[in-house]
Amino acid sequence: MTATRRRFSMGRAAAWTYLVGVLFVTIFPFYWILRTALSDNYALSADPASPLPVGFTWGPFKRVLGLATTQESIAEGGSGASIEIGHFLVNSVVYATVSTALIVFFSTLAAYAFSRLHWRGRDFMFSLFLTALMVPGILTLLPNFVLVKELGLLNTFAGMILPGALFSAFNIFFLRQFMLGLSTETEEAALLDGAGRLRVLFGITLPMTSGPIITLSILGFIGMWNDYFWPLLVTSDESVQPLTLALAVFKQSSPQAQPDWAGLMAATLVAALPMLALFMVFGRRIVNSIGFSGIK
Amino acid sequence: MAVLETTARDQRASGEATRRRKSVRRTTNPYSPAHRGDGRLAWVLIAPALVGFVVFAAYPTLRGIYLSFTDFAVLSPPEWIGLDNYRELLHDDVFWSSLGVTVYFVLLSVSLSLVVSVATAAVLHRLTSSTVIRGLIILPFLISAVVAGTVWWWMLDSQLGIVNIVIKALGGDGIQFLTSRGWAIPSVALISVWKQMGYTAIIIFAGLQTIPPTIYEAGRVDGASELRMFRTLTLPLLRPILALVVVLNIIGAFQVFDIVQVTTKGGPANASNVLQMYIYSKAFGQFDFGYAAAMSLALFVILIAITFLQMRLLRASESDTNA
Repeated sequence: MTATRRRFSMGRAAAWTYLVGVLFVTIFPFYWILRTALSDNYALSADPASPLPVGFTWGPFKRVLGLATTQESIAEGGSGASIEIGHFLVNSVVYATVSTALIVFFSTLAAYAFSRLHWRGRDFMFSLFLTALMVPGILTLLPNFVLVKELGLLNTFAGMILPGALFSAFNIFFLRQFMLGLSTETEEAALLDGAGRLRVLFGITLPMTSGPIITLSILGFIGMWNDYFWPLLVTSDESVQPLTLALAVFKQSSPQAQPDWAGLMAATLVAALPMLALFMVFGRRIVNSIGFSGIK
Repeated sequence: MAVLETTARDQRASGEATRRRKSVRRTTNPYSPAHRGDGRLAWVLIAPALVGFVVFAAYPTLRGIYLSFTDFAVLSPPEWIGLDNYRELLHDDVFWSSLGVTVYFVLLSVSLSLVVSVATAAVLHRLTSSTVIRGLIILPFLISAVVAGTVWWWMLDSQLGIVNIVIKALGGDGIQFLTSRGWAIPSVALISVWKQMGYTAIIIFAGLQTIPPTIYEAGRVDGASELRMFRTLTLPLLRPILALVVVLNIIGAFQVFDIVQVTTKGGPANASNVLQMYIYSKAFGQFDFGYAAAMSLALFVILIAITFLQMRLLRASESDTNA
């Protein structure tokens, strides 16, 4: 008995060690961003191994946010480039929020039609929609770029948002499956009482589907917020570019031979901060959403 | 769910009279009360999705196929050149090396990610139900690949990067992670695994939670060790989810771009020039859209093949768990 328990707890110790190792590798880069962002570039190259900020300074953040003059910035090893954080933040919020809201809303409407209504061609349309799951982004990206260009929507929010805002095979499939699993008694009672289909959809079905709707919204928002490739294709103008592009541009402006490491890490932190804040608020929800999306 | 669908099909097949009788008898049938007008409403409800499907999915797919047979530089109209792009593709060494690099990346990142995430999910499952720990594990998934790439570009720097400093302190030689031919792809794969692993682990963890704990109790009564139970109980029961995760990871990995663009830009000397990177540079660097479309189609064919393989795997696993 004691022998088994000892072997067991040895295994547990090994498992905990592994888990702590994984957590360390996962979290350490975040700490290293902060540590570097609060360091002075010249002190940094003299003592690169220090676990704490070297020559503590807010300079990198000032450089990135454009609060330092170009001379100050260059004196500290920067390039003089900065990120207009407020402006790009607004762009990212617009892009991610509008895209997510539209795609989840339109997918809910379609899922209702596929799960509750009885109409000719339903099964055919559903299988047709599902074929889109097989087509990878890369095949549609270039033609979609050409299309957006022809529509004159390059460098507009409409051009960024529209191609992904109307149709998502995964969302429709996911919501339809969930709706099919719901009991329809309340809906039927309401219909018998003379409520219209739309009232039932928005008053009963939609609230009952709020769980998966929130799941899809969270995952969609994360995806859109971090999207880089599509905005890279269709925007070249700062007025609509999201934060991910601004960070990439800032990185390119850093001197190649001796990069402004501290400034870069400050910019990285600034770009990651909104998502980290969202995580502080919705952490549990996000974790559950990811698990939920995999099982369904 | 399947039951509901069968009743719906039955209903359509049977006559009007039987249908009315049925709807009286079965009040839970979702299609019973008046569906006059359903058709029109249904088309209204799916209209936005249908427009999106036609304009931004079906049309671009067909157009992509068409463009792959043309010489197209965006500014002037496409010019039909038949199979020339594909002929060029066959003799394009950069394409083949790029395909090789991509496959190498897919194999490295997917296998490593799978091993680490299965181990992590299993350990989490057996040790703790803490949402905080699971939350910390998915942190890298929440940040963009641009952020992840930039951080690791700094940490893997050959002079001041902390990883090399640690390696040197332990007595090793410094490694040119992102700037040497041999290390470029493994480094990008490591970054990609770091970013993606937690997400995969949480999905697998959710799958583990659907396994009834009584199975493990029974196993323990029979004197099975944790490792043995993992091999004989957990893994087989997890196969459907593992198959799904593997295929999603493979499809995602084939389209890797962001991390490469931020860290190596395909270098040094094409050593990390993955397919999507090459397609991008052909299209937007040299404005050879026709050729880029042909390469996209080649990638699409590869992914379709993998998807079919996935169906095989999934079906195999179903019969496995049912037996």
